[in-house]
Amino acid sequence: MATREDLSTVTGSDQPLRPYQPPHARPGPDRPGESAVALRLGLLGQSLLLAVASTAGVYLAAAWICAVAVVGLGAGIPLTLVATVPVRWFAGLHRRWAAARLGVPVPAPYRPASAGGWLARTGTVLRDPATWRDWAWLLVNSVTGLLTCGLSAVFFLCGLFYLGYPLLVRVTPPDLFREPLGFFQINGTAESLTMMPLGLAFGVIWYVTAVPLATLNAQMIEALLAPTRHAELQARVGQLASSRAETIDAQARELRRIERDLHDGAQARLVSLGMSLGLAQRLMAQDPRAAQRLLAEARESTSGALADLRDLVRGIHPPVLADRGLQGAVEALAMVNPVPTTVDFRLPGRLPPPVESAAYFAIAEALSNAIKHAAPRRVLITAEYAPGTGNAAGLLSICVSDNGHGGASIGGGTGLLGIERRLSAFDGTLAVDSPPGGPTTVRMQVPCELS
Amino acid sequence: MRIVLAEDLALLREGLTRIFETYGFEVADAVSNGPSLIRALTTQRPDIAVVDVRLPPTFTDEGLRAAIDARQRFPGLPVLVLSQYVEPIYARELLSDGAGAAGYLLKDRVMDIDQFIAAVRQVAAGGTVMDPDVIAALLTRHAADVPLQALTPREREVLALMAEGRSNAAIASRMFITDKAVSKHSNNIFAKLGLEQSGEDNRRVLAVLTYLKS
Repeated sequence: MATREDLSTVTGSDQPLRPYQPPHARPGPDRPGESAVALRLGLLGQSLLLAVASTAGVYLAAAWICAVAVVGLGAGIPLTLVATVPVRWFAGLHRRWAAARLGVPVPAPYRPASAGGWLARTGTVLRDPATWRDWAWLLVNSVTGLLTCGLSAVFFLCGLFYLGYPLLVRVTPPDLFREPLGFFQINGTAESLTMMPLGLAFGVIWYVTAVPLATLNAQMIEALLAPTRHAELQARVGQLASSRAETIDAQARELRRIERDLHDGAQARLVSLGMSLGLAQRLMAQDPRAAQRLLAEARESTSGALADLRDLVRGIHPPVLADRGLQGAVEALAMVNPVPTTVDFRLPGRLPPPVESAAYFAIAEALSNAIKHAAPRRVLITAEYAPGTGNAAGLLSICVSDNGHGGASIGGGTGLLGIERRLSAFDGTLAVDSPPGGPTTVRMQVPCELS
Repeated sequence: MRIVLAEDLALLREGLTRIFETYGFEVADAVSNGPSLIRALTTQRPDIAVVDVRLPPTFTDEGLRAAIDARQRFPGLPVLVLSQYVEPIYARELLSDGAGAAGYLLKDRVMDIDQFIAAVRQVAAGGTVMDPDVIAALLTRHAADVPLQALTPREREVLALMAEGRSNAAIASRMFITDKAVSKHSNNIFAKLGLEQSGEDNRRVLAVLTYLKS
């Protein structure tokens, strides 16, 4: 049994395994290390692009509505489908920008495309409220986007213009740039210096408003392009319905397997036991030696039946899991694993029994997958629990990492797919990172509360 | 020999009592749960405790925990743990005090009554008896991980049989080699595991313990 203490002594020349780290942290609204001015200059560049885009959006909206308008003529059907593609792409770009700005994901709300012909697909597109919200946003954005982005750009340019005013006065002919605000005259470079504080003021206004204006624009985008509460709930209902169907399916399959195992295993052995005993009873008087042989057979049948039942019980709910919880059960797995396996669990309490069972079988499956396909020299199993905040549930994270030759994928075999199904009943997720040549990390996350 | 028996299923409790009495043991007390097991061990001070792993009130590994507890209070108290299933991890916990006089067997083994009674006597005499299933599970492991890698396959085989509680003579007949060869192998095992210093019986326990701990 490789415990944590002897980790250092057994790694040898192998590259040590480390717990899985997510490849990138969640995007925050303001990345640390970026200076305030750089952030605002970045936003300025983005505003210029967004301002241009908001105008382009009007043409897009017009083109799309024209395509929809001629749906009745037939030609509109393919036209609508074609026109929807750039609209959604355009909206998608803005969602990504808003998500980066706000630091929260802004998911796309579209219904999945239907399989049927052009007519059916057009019908799905036109019945999807998200389609019409996209279109409404294109129109709204032509005002709000232009206003928020344009205003920021105007502040900045005004600042530059008035700060550079003396220079303008100097290099241009005397009849140009002499009436800065339209109602008074400037004569000579010295007088033009009075314009510089105005430039400074515009600079300050730009500096102060750049971030709030960009955020306002992002919020506007989020409000119209993110899924509505209704759409979110609808998506959730769909997801629950399919995961429930899968769970029921899996349960029925499992019951059928147990029934078959009982029928072919323990039940059959008990029948044979009964037959041996009956025969032995008959033969007791005439042929004691044969009766003894039959009794020995009967005892063997009993042992076999017990072994069958034991295997069955392990497959349903391993006793060690009930006795010791997830950590003890996984340590027991690791102890008899043919590959040196380290178990590092940091769970502050016991998991709810259904989650515990699902997690156990998921780990067992991931472990046997690794042994069977990756030929690893070491395996590391870690588990952590992050308590929930507010209404959100806590999160159980489990990693099974090995230093084998990698190349695993969720679709690749039934094993990982089975884990994904098992976890989906608890809103759990599975991520597999397994480049060819290894190492492989199977990461499972399940929201749950500890007891 | 006086026995305290802990088993929650009345059918099995009576069956075991009948077997023990047939073989001339005295069943000092037969209890059905963890707390009364501890009480019985304290008042009766038996020669051996035969304990089912799963006992009320928790119906988890109550029996094992009670046995380990009792051995802390009465060091060297012989304990034979019976179970419907075996887990090497429990075997390790049972033996971890290094005192020997411990056994861990599947309940199925009771059916071979002679061998079961031999196991009871062996544990009562301070020996160690491990279920072949525990040994088999441990044998599937990778050799590179364990401190036993220095052992030859032959020596590993001897050690596995030793862990099952067999005497040198039994090991010899099982492996079709002479007693002398067995003692040569076992001396090699003790030497390789660094157990030269202590007495023969104690060394056997320690060797088995190394085997289970690895």
